[in-house]
Amino acid sequence: MSTPTPGTPASPKPAAEQAQPSALKALLRHRLVWPILALVLVLIVDAIISPGFFQIRIVQGRLFGNLIDILYRGMPPAMIALGMAVVISTKGIDLSVGSIIAVTGAVMAWRIHEGDSHYVILLTALCVGLACGLWNGFLVSVLEIQPIIATLILMVSGRGIGLMINLLYGGTNPSFTSPLLQGLSTGNLGLVPTRLVVGAVMIVLVWLLVRRTAFGLFLESVGGNAKSAWLSGVSSRLILLSAYLISGLMTAVAAIILTADTHTSDPVTSGLYSELDAILAVVIGGGSLAGGRIYLDGTIIGVLVIQALTTSILTSGLPPEYNLVVKAVVVLIVLLLQSANTRAAVVSLLARRKG
Amino acid sequence: MSEKYLPLMATIAVFVILFIAGGLLYPNFFSTLVLGNILGDNAFIIIAAIGTTFVIISGGIDLSIGSMIGFVGVVMANLDSAGWHPLASAALMIVFGAGYGTLVGFIIDFCEIQPFIITLAGLFLLRGMCFMINLDAVPIKNPFVLEFSDMGIPLFGGGWLSSSAIVMLVALVVAVIIAHWTEFGSAVYAIGGDAQSAKLMGVPMRKTTLKIYALSGTYSALGGVVYALYTSSGYPLAGSGLELVAIASVVLGGTLLTGGVGFVAGTVFGGMILGLIATLINFNGSLNGAWIMISGGLLLFIFIVMHRFLVGSLKFRAGS
Repeated sequence: MSTPTPGTPASPKPAAEQAQPSALKALLRHRLVWPILALVLVLIVDAIISPGFFQIRIVQGRLFGNLIDILYRGMPPAMIALGMAVVISTKGIDLSVGSIIAVTGAVMAWRIHEGDSHYVILLTALCVGLACGLWNGFLVSVLEIQPIIATLILMVSGRGIGLMINLLYGGTNPSFTSPLLQGLSTGNLGLVPTRLVVGAVMIVLVWLLVRRTAFGLFLESVGGNAKSAWLSGVSSRLILLSAYLISGLMTAVAAIILTADTHTSDPVTSGLYSELDAILAVVIGGGSLAGGRIYLDGTIIGVLVIQALTTSILTSGLPPEYNLVVKAVVVLIVLLLQSANTRAAVVSLLARRKG
Repeated sequence: MSEKYLPLMATIAVFVILFIAGGLLYPNFFSTLVLGNILGDNAFIIIAAIGTTFVIISGGIDLSIGSMIGFVGVVMANLDSAGWHPLASAALMIVFGAGYGTLVGFIIDFCEIQPFIITLAGLFLLRGMCFMINLDAVPIKNPFVLEFSDMGIPLFGGGWLSSSAIVMLVALVVAVIIAHWTEFGSAVYAIGGDAQSAKLMGVPMRKTTLKIYALSGTYSALGGVVYALYTSSGYPLAGSGLELVAIASVVLGGTLLTGGVGFVAGTVFGGMILGLIATLINFNGSLNGAWIMISGGLLLFIFIVMHRFLVGSLKFRAGS
């Protein structure tokens, strides 16, 4: 059951480990096993119910296929989830990402309407994300408010702010045209959709920051034990503030793509439930809301599990209204499998039946 | 007066000030009619928020309230089409809410999954089940629904305490008794204050956790029943986002999200403050609906910062 199938992201498993007799046990202990297993299971079910699910064709000079579609649609959630992973590693949470998407989208539509240059608009969007992150970070690190409530404030009021911005120049859901954003949304560089390139660049940047500088260590130490981190000379406040800044920035990147997709600013529904998907992705990837750990690879796999699930429900011909239930059930199973107590209970139950 | 009553006093003060401000701004505002309407119109969300108060006092959180309200309405509407009396289907749904909550409590305690995540999965599951049952609004046609909305107690000054508001007040009295005069109530406060110490003192952790979420499930199902009777329909999107309104009501009501401190009665005032703001904005007429969200967020901010400094003065609670 745990044999790796082609087409799944390779996890960093040393080849030597598999030669040893306890290879299976070591494999089962690896933290990425459960999320990868979940992804493989979803893909196997896909292969059974829709033959040709894994086909990738080249149509009009770009890659097409369900797997590409999963990556394509998974890119904005992956950006949000990476920012969320950074915040969660500090024992925090960012409930406001959906509202940040709404505000960023509204500001973008407004500036496009005012005729700003498109590169200025991109910069403005990123700055809006940073400003939202600054607000959250200020509440959490300076006022020392619990993250879940601190970010609840922006979550409650953000969509209202988006609506107000729309009303600045009339209209509830103003639409726009923008060649640059169009290119980011549906364009491609060579064979690869542009957004995947943007996504890959952002992933590498976050990875470099977290794994190739001391920043990742600081994040985990603040999340693990803020007091001892502070005593050993880590400026907890600065680290917390930067975690929320990163979350805001990554959310703004997602917001740019999502706004480009819809050509409109729709503060009420844009990015709805995106905070929940992002948190689920982090948790499926092995992150703990108790903080102290950050798994970028696990988080990306978590996003892919959720997106693959959504895409397969759509391609399987099940009515789309089954989407939420199937998603909830799969997520529940993954969560229950991750709990050591449940696994022990299942094992003892099976043993009793055998004996 | 003990410091722990300060947030509650502040909440009541804000409510009174807002109400008086409304009375000064609009001649017809200062009446039992408006007060009765605020109570009746927000009864379902306040009922659900009362259940959430227990969860939050215990240091947990429940995100599946809104979906539960939607799900209860959809099932009741479909059972109505099948010929059930609304009271029978209401009883069934309240039992369902209790069972669902018990299961959630069990998963939280036994599988050691954070309440945030498991109730989030519950949010998706219940909402998804609404969509699976039907996609459109289904009316509840039983004549009892009309009788229910016609029931009520007239107040002095032309006001009207509707049946929804009465259900809410009864639910409140029951919750206050549970919170302050039962062993379970003390256990909830103890776990929220310091789970480790509570365990060492012999508080039954599993039993209490199961009961807390069962109580929350029961109250949110009751909120769903009141909502279904109030709107006389079941709509699969009903109650979206209400979990946040409920949590906001609890926070505005003076309950600390760190757990251990809070009052059920405060939640009622918290919910009524939000209802009052919506009413004020409706009375104004020229203000946009976006203002409801923004002023809600602003008020939340003020209260949270106020709590923060109150908690700062109670320094022993600062460790998290």
